Amino acid sequence: MAGFKTAALPREGLSGAFLSALATAVVVLVLTIPTVGLKTDESGGSLIVTRHFDTVAWLVGLAFVGRLVMSLFMARRAVKPGEQKKAGPSAMDRFAAAVARNGTKIGAVGLVIAVLLPFVTSNYLIDFGTNVLIYVMLGWGLNIVVGLAGLLDLGYVAFYAVGAYTVALLATNVGLGFWACLPLAGLFAAAFGVVLGFPVLRLRGDYLAIVTLGFGEIIRLVLLNWQNVTNGPNGIGGIPRPTLFGLPFAAHSATGPTFAEFFGLEFSPSQRFIFLYFVILALALLTNFFTIRMRRLPVGRAWEALREDEIACRAIGINATNIKLSAFAIGAMFAGFAGSFFATRLGFISPESFTFTESATILAIVVLGGMGSQLGVVLAAIMLVSLNEAGRWFSFLGDIALYRPLIYGGAMVVIMLVRPRGLLAHRQPSILLHGSDGPKESLVPNDGLAASTGELP
Amino acid sequence: MMDYFLQQLINGLTLGAVYGLIAIGYTMVYGIIGMINFAHGEIFMIGSFISLISFLILSSIGAFSAVFAILIVLLVTMIFTAVFGWSVERIAYRPLRDSFKLAPLISAIGMSIFLQSFVQVFQGARPKPLQPIMHGGIKLLEHDGFAVQISYLQIIIILLTVGLMIGFTAVIQQTPLGRSQRACEQDRTMAALLGVNVDRTISLTFVMGAALAAVAGLMFTLYYGVIDFFIGFLAGVKAFTAAVLGGIGSLPGAMLGGVLIGLIEAFWSAYFSIAYKDVAVFMVLVLVLIFRPTGLLGRPEVEKV
Amino acid sequence: MSQLDNYAPVGKPALLTVEHLTMRFGGLVAIDDLSFTAHERDITALIGPNGAGKTTVFNCLTGFYKPTVGRITMKREGQDYLLEQMEGFRITRLAGVARTFQNIRLFSGMTVFENLIVAQHNHLMNASMFSIAGLLGLPRYRSAEKEAIELAKFWLHKTGLYERADNPASSLPYGAQRRLEIARAMCTKPRLLCLDEPAAGLNPKESGELNDLLLSIRTDQGIGVLLIEHDMSVVMKISDHVVVLDYGRKISDGAPYDVRNDENVIKAYLGEDEDEDLPPEIAADVGMQP
Repeated sequence: MAGFKTAALPREGLSGAFLSALATAVVVLVLTIPTVGLKTDESGGSLIVTRHFDTVAWLVGLAFVGRLVMSLFMARRAVKPGEQKKAGPSAMDRFAAAVARNGTKIGAVGLVIAVLLPFVTSNYLIDFGTNVLIYVMLGWGLNIVVGLAGLLDLGYVAFYAVGAYTVALLATNVGLGFWACLPLAGLFAAAFGVVLGFPVLRLRGDYLAIVTLGFGEIIRLVLLNWQNVTNGPNGIGGIPRPTLFGLPFAAHSATGPTFAEFFGLEFSPSQRFIFLYFVILALALLTNFFTIRMRRLPVGRAWEALREDEIACRAIGINATNIKLSAFAIGAMFAGFAGSFFATRLGFISPESFTFTESATILAIVVLGGMGSQLGVVLAAIMLVSLNEAGRWFSFLGDIALYRPLIYGGAMVVIMLVRPRGLLAHRQPSILLHGSDGPKESLVPNDGLAASTGELP
Repeated sequence: MMDYFLQQLINGLTLGAVYGLIAIGYTMVYGIIGMINFAHGEIFMIGSFISLISFLILSSIGAFSAVFAILIVLLVTMIFTAVFGWSVERIAYRPLRDSFKLAPLISAIGMSIFLQSFVQVFQGARPKPLQPIMHGGIKLLEHDGFAVQISYLQIIIILLTVGLMIGFTAVIQQTPLGRSQRACEQDRTMAALLGVNVDRTISLTFVMGAALAAVAGLMFTLYYGVIDFFIGFLAGVKAFTAAVLGGIGSLPGAMLGGVLIGLIEAFWSAYFSIAYKDVAVFMVLVLVLIFRPTGLLGRPEVEKV
Repeated sequence: MSQLDNYAPVGKPALLTVEHLTMRFGGLVAIDDLSFTAHERDITALIGPNGAGKTTVFNCLTGFYKPTVGRITMKREGQDYLLEQMEGFRITRLAGVARTFQNIRLFSGMTVFENLIVAQHNHLMNASMFSIAGLLGLPRYRSAEKEAIELAKFWLHKTGLYERADNPASSLPYGAQRRLEIARAMCTKPRLLCLDEPAAGLNPKESGELNDLLLSIRTDQGIGVLLIEHDMSVVMKISDHVVVLDYGRKISDGAPYDVRNDENVIKAYLGEDEDEDLPPEIAADVGMQP
């Protein structure tokens, strides 16, 4: 079908670039006049329309310049007639490949930094690191489902919620501590994954996406409306903090020595911050270790094979439903772990934390970083959490958190257009016959998998 | 009892008309390029905002008759929203037509988030109320102090929807554009070989889908009298459910599905629990996809190997 | 009208028996009351003009379609498997039927070697005890993995892909991709190998190598091969048994020599009246003397 794609042929020369930039500007003008230029504002109890044509002018100008620069850039890169187009990997491909090859080294350095971080920085940065690690863990969990098995799950946050509510309910009603709840939360979330996944995993990719979205919303709405159990929109508070083998991180404890007393330290709230940080670091590392191991086992290879071609999988005797289910359940389990941490860290949860936006954020992390790339997820999680905080760091950025969905929504589109497998996407084979220095051809081009579709057109 | 039932029936039909119009956009795009246009709900939401703004401007200019105002706003909204539909396809989907299978889906989700946030940023997050444009209605029944009423607005919504459906079916069945569309649905490569301008046909499909979603947005604004940047999400999922229920790819199916979903929602709210009305619709989606993925009027897909 | 139905090899028991197979899609009858038998250690070719229903037969055999009517029996180690009642993945796993596809379906982003390891999924999965033994790296799993690697190496050598084992499958040239698909099917340790047009798009040299590979699979491995093929030079050279379909019906069934002289077959391929004006190259293709 490729032959019929009318590629955006750059019209010849500067005037062509100018014309297409003009066309873009006109379209942006039409798009922004009613949505940006005319703003609805409240005034004395009713709505009035205020004009903001200066913003429109800025946006139109930006579009014009942007398009012009892009055309000129593309014209410079365009192949001259008669010249063979080089199909070699781009700079980004080479970079991603280098990162993937040295993944262990980079990971080790990252780990050292992560371990040392709490001892050299402030509470604020530890908190920031904890936020990043929660998203890293969720990203790694979803990466199993989306990146390895190729199943687009838009309701991943549901399992996060199941984990969080399991801890909240068990802790407040049964009186279990965090460490007793943690495995239960994972198991329960995985069981949810199996129950929800079983009927729908036969569906084609896009149907699966929207059904998982539906499930995510159903769970949120049930949490919101099932007042007797979940306390509805008011949420559940008083969730106990984790202890270190029974030693609480508090100033005093009625039941025994606290962490500070036991070790003869002076109590400081930052001890709890640091402890929480290490709990989530350990959980995230568990996820990572598990994923890397699984990739080299039959199940993991079957996940990837399934992503490549489901029909071929059936033809070699792989039970596609079970394999998908295992990816779904394992992904759900890690979300459950992350959810239980989330609950115990804040001590309070409500359905508000588990909206579709959250699912979309986690998906954005996986997609931007590079589907299947563990380091990519870390990179994207740092970028996304930084985006929340950037307004605080650089006052001239203002309230940038408001623009966050705008930025990552746009980034998802742009990444798909320029690097559909994500920034750091590069697949390392799970097993090599000839070893790493054996005969090998050039690396897979980034869209080398494009031809394979599990479903039919 | 009967009166209450009748009233819910009327309300459900009105709601169903709105969902049906959005569902057509999903079904047409699915038919022609085989993907779910996740951003379609946001197109609807943008349509409702443009209609709200147009109404506000018209009312600030001065007096128009309600019907005349609605017609002007209808036209303006359809045109501007159609440009959004066109742009979304051009930017986010067209370059990805031959990319790997998750790429267009993810791009669509990104687009949906982007558009939602775009409106939130530039129009604000607060709900936007609109003074009722049109009052009154026809009393159909009165019984023990409970009146079954169909408002003029409901009449307009239902009539407009029926009219659009008729016009639309005519376009698909009888114009060269409709023929090109059906050709592209069957086999895009072959259609291109036979001289159909595939890109333009797909663009026009998005334009038509967006224009219908704009009408739905206008109706929503008038009917509920309050909108916000988030309405596209729920309405989008519900309309998609309608499209699947009716049989994705089938235009009459989309309308039928829309009406059914509207009725389910109205009756569920009336007789069971208003808190769980969205859950009911989501359950319908899940159950249909599990047990009858081809929907009521869809054709079964034979798997080619 | 003679209809050949007289193939009965000595010393080769039946492997796959198809009885009264019928497949309808709505009003269209793709296969109409088809019966034939493929024997052990035989290369059975399924031929016929385009649209005769050959690939549909394959899809019924391998569980992608549920036949409207009919019975398909596969014998393996003294046990009968009724394929029409089994799910696709079980057909490969239990009954030992492996297949390739007309338009090659590889795991194109994975390496050649990985393709062959994935094909041994079921065996390795048992050894890994639902991944637990695998996660812990128990010896039981390690030795199974070693065996899998050896089997993969064997087929890499056999198909001439050893040097390229670590390349992505999508980077192979067309002919090599076809061979890889066959190697992958063989790594499932099948009793019957179903090949859908394996010679399509190959040059004469590659086609010759393919013949050798298939003959070796039959003779050295003792595996039955069922083959859909248009290239008559392949069919006539290597098959032991030919079944001819036309419009979903069997019109001839026998040894290659008998089939190619069957008037039904000539008619199906060339039409009723055109026997005389046969261009020489077509005549050569169907193996007739002009």
